[in-house]
Amino acid sequence: MTHMNVAIIKYNAGNIRSVDNAIKRLGINAQITDNAEIIRSADKVIFPGVGEASTTMAHLRTTGLDKLICSLKQPVLGICLGMQLMCKHSEEGDADCLGIFDVDVKRFELPTDNVDNLKIPQMGWNNISNVKMPLFDASLEDKFVYFVHSYYVPLCEWTAAETTHTLTYSSALHKDNFYATQFHPEKSGPVGEAILKNFLAI
Amino acid sequence: MLAKRIIPCLDIKNGMTVKGINFVNIKEVGDPVELGAWYAEQGADELVFLDITASHEGRKTFADLVERIAQNINIPFTVGGGISELKDADVLLSAGADKISINSSAVRNPQLIDDMAHSFGSQFVVAAIDARFDENGEWVVTVNGGRIPTEKRLFTWAKEVESRGAGEILFTSMNHDGVKQGFANEALARLSEELSIPVIASGGAGKMEHFKDVFTLGKADAGLAASIFHYKEIGIPELKQYLRNNGIVVR
Repeated sequence: MTHMNVAIIKYNAGNIRSVDNAIKRLGINAQITDNAEIIRSADKVIFPGVGEASTTMAHLRTTGLDKLICSLKQPVLGICLGMQLMCKHSEEGDADCLGIFDVDVKRFELPTDNVDNLKIPQMGWNNISNVKMPLFDASLEDKFVYFVHSYYVPLCEWTAAETTHTLTYSSALHKDNFYATQFHPEKSGPVGEAILKNFLAI
Repeated sequence: MLAKRIIPCLDIKNGMTVKGINFVNIKEVGDPVELGAWYAEQGADELVFLDITASHEGRKTFADLVERIAQNINIPFTVGGGISELKDADVLLSAGADKISINSSAVRNPQLIDDMAHSFGSQFVVAAIDARFDENGEWVVTVNGGRIPTEKRLFTWAKEVESRGAGEILFTSMNHDGVKQGFANEALARLSEELSIPVIASGGAGKMEHFKDVFTLGKADAGLAASIFHYKEIGIPELKQYLRNNGIVVR
């Protein structure tokens, strides 16, 4: 995999470096770039993201990255906000998003009794179940991965993994060449590394 | 189900790990990157690196260290110590930190929390609160490593930092820190009930039972400790097995 050409989409999001570091630990030097030609010609594209949906979407529209991402034909992996932006609409800032997955992003709501003392944002390690190939293999069923988010994607026909926090939602999505995780594989220890390896091997 | 987190805390001075007993009598216990990687392998859920170096040169050393940590460690980590302006946080974000913790600087300038949450997102901002339960029965917020009491009180200040946009609270009881007799569970439970953001408990871990108590009685989302991990008094794999046996969800 050493000579694989991986592009990490650069935009106004926080901590893109951690994805780059994780890919480096797998022996691959990715390019962090917003150059359309480089992104289009990459073998794999990663669309990371930490930030707010509406301002990030506005930025993607200004730079033309919105149309570019939707037009990509190679495997694309959206992470965290990246996954939410690949959906149709987000309640965060009432943002119209890329619409790759025809599903709307909602905000977590705490149950009125909240006996389990759940918190928003969900911050920490939670398990993934009903995981689907090829992003996941059977060994990853029920494993813990790292999440930080206040908004979620409901279960839908593209759900590739499920997680429960206040309700059961999509912790990963897959449709055609587009893959996405709500959690941060780059921060999820050996389990996260296995998922990134699976993506790079698609 | 969301797991309870175990977080070793590494105090850093001049690029080396140290642990203060009641924040004084500092001893060196190792290389931070090496120790951090070892903790990650052992099953630590997150790491906190606190820079206790005061000097400007030390600050630069710390940023370089954060960069090395980010390259070598595959779990989330928070960095803190001496962050008093947006640009301090920006340097650490660029170096690869997942979160920053602010403490005294937020007490002196609460607007800093709003500014940081706005610039970097709430998930990046951990509000650390050091408080001491005084003879009048009040939890007094302190600054400068617990040395200086302030006008602020724990519960109202915690509410305020939440409303200003902090993503998490790291509460250290100065009465319990270094004493190894258990966490401040009563205050922690009240914080957890009154806030909707996660609460990290710090100060008082001495044995495995204390972690069980902090997650049940104290209702904490995460338990942080330093010396008991650094001196291998408690191993993280054993601690997690113990918690699992007691019905607590851990990774």
